[in-house]
Amino acid sequence: MPSTPVLLDNAQTQARSEVLKDKILPAMLAGILGLSLLYAAGFAEAAQVHNAAHDGRHSASFPCH
Amino acid sequence: MFNLTTFRELVIAALWTGLLAGLLLTAVQQIQVIPTLLQAEVYEENAAAAVVANAEISHEHHEWQPENGWERTIFTAVANISLGVGFALLIGAVMCLRGRPGHWRTGLLWGLAGYLTFFVAPSLGLPPEVPGTEAAKLADRQSWWLITVLDTGFGLSLLAFALTKTNKFFGAVLLAAPHLIGAPQPEVPGSAAPAELAQSFITATVFANAVFWLAIGGLMGQFYKKES
Repeated sequence: MPSTPVLLDNAQTQARSEVLKDKILPAMLAGILGLSLLYAAGFAEAAQVHNAAHDGRHSASFPCH
Repeated sequence: MFNLTTFRELVIAALWTGLLAGLLLTAVQQIQVIPTLLQAEVYEENAAAAVVANAEISHEHHEWQPENGWERTIFTAVANISLGVGFALLIGAVMCLRGRPGHWRTGLLWGLAGYLTFFVAPSLGLPPEVPGTEAAKLADRQSWWLITVLDTGFGLSLLAFALTKTNKFFGAVLLAAPHLIGAPQPEVPGSAAPAELAQSFITATVFANAVFWLAIGGLMGQFYKKES
């Protein structure tokens, strides 16, 4: 019965690609977006950004100065 | 390509969560965090003025900074909201991978994990500092901070989700590792502000960040709930 394993295989591949589309890719994209924001607000060195976010950085206990 | 609806739901939930948690944090900071910080700044400025007077250098070179008062508070609120949205996106990403929460109370647990990972663990080695405190080189502290956060996040998830005892044990080892190695310390410790002020700042931030993270977790749990 060669057709059964093939069918299972197809189902598995489809399930895997659905996990990728529904979970992994949206999560990765959200993660990258979140990290960029955290970098800008918490770590960017430009003096103006530092001074604007100064109190927020101290409060969050990010290494500052 | 990928599930845009999932992504959009996550981002919208994170935006609302970050906005509300950031505003809440800004309000909580006014109780003790900001007053302590402003007090410490007076000591810092006095110490700096003394140095300048002694060395007779007066080439004033000031970068822009927000004026004390409303302007400063608004910029702090913007920073807090940005941090809130950033953290909410990370929590949302993990929720998306592990399964969306069924109740806002589940979100609180994620918030607690975020608090331990991003605040408690790095603060054990590098306590929250008022301005004017001597510290090790910035790049060294940032590296230690980043390694500790990554390591704690990974360690906590092993401890919570690993199936074997060996892996859970490995998680516990990861949690302890950065503290056994130790955070970078200044060559000569010291601070312009008195020790009580430094202590008061630590107490204030421990409380403020707990409120911030529980709000992020709880709100994300509510806004990013599984549809029933």
